[in-house]
Amino acid sequence: MSAVALVHPLAVLSPANSLGRMVPAWRRDRTNPSGNADAALVERLRAGDEGAFMELVESYGPTMLRVAGTFVRDRAAAEEVVQEAWVGVLKGIDRFEGRSSLKTWLFSILTNTAKSRGVREARSVPFSALAGAEANADEPAVDPDRFLDAEDPSASGAWAAPPVAWPEERLLTKETLDRIAAAIDALPPAQGEVIRLRDVEGWSSDEVSATLEITSGNQRVLLHRARSKVRAALEGYLDPGVTT
Amino acid sequence: MIGRRPLSCQELVELVTDYLDGALSRRDRRRFEKHISGCDACTAYIEQLRGTITAAARLTEATIDPHARDELLAAFRTWKVERAAG
Repeated sequence: MSAVALVHPLAVLSPANSLGRMVPAWRRDRTNPSGNADAALVERLRAGDEGAFMELVESYGPTMLRVAGTFVRDRAAAEEVVQEAWVGVLKGIDRFEGRSSLKTWLFSILTNTAKSRGVREARSVPFSALAGAEANADEPAVDPDRFLDAEDPSASGAWAAPPVAWPEERLLTKETLDRIAAAIDALPPAQGEVIRLRDVEGWSSDEVSATLEITSGNQRVLLHRARSKVRAALEGYLDPGVTT
Repeated sequence: MIGRRPLSCQELVELVTDYLDGALSRRDRRRFEKHISGCDACTAYIEQLRGTITAAARLTEATIDPHARDELLAAFRTWKVERAAG
């Protein structure tokens, strides 16, 4: 059984590490999100290129619907917000100056559209309140039973049931990915949204906190909780010997 | 954030996300790296998390609802006509 041979564990995770799936070239360039790819797409939009618009719609539409849902109370309202936001994008395309990335600009139009719909359509519990409550709950990343609770303080908190390397050939199988999707679906809403944007879609922490209007501290705590739970779910599947 | 003594494994697992995001203070980062340089279990834990992140990035994103797609296409065509008309 071969161990998961990932990059050196000390290498700081860069967005480029999470690449590798099929995405249009202009979205793949995450290191320079406001770069040439955006400019080319905006030029095509301004020229009335339907294909450029539909490319954008296919790429961001589902995410926009989810993000809109964090502001308004139900799916019907979220769908209306998304449609209205796209019209806003088209009407405003001549004003886009490329100071932010196209994605950031697009989602700022989306959130402004959502917020302009007023109290009647707002969520009864604002997403920021959900996020705060989920971030403040005391949830350890790993079951405390996995660690020693020794008298000797120098031994306390060491692994009693240490994790072992996962079989690499199973990590990216369809079954494993299905497990991950199920674990993400089971997360509380704010944790689920943060891990989808950060890890599934590859957004930066700044992009996520700005779009969801949460503090960067809460963003990181939510991501931490979410990743910890998904890892634990995966461990239960890939290493059934771990009982906790 | 946790003081000067060495990190325990249980403390380290709570810092992994901050570490990967480059959000630890210099001192905590040094304590973190010092710990993993001598701890196979925590190294395995971090590799598991990195594996989880890598795999999550492979998830297929949802596709747009065909009805919404058609509506947007219509909206685009209307916009284009209005724009051409000035």
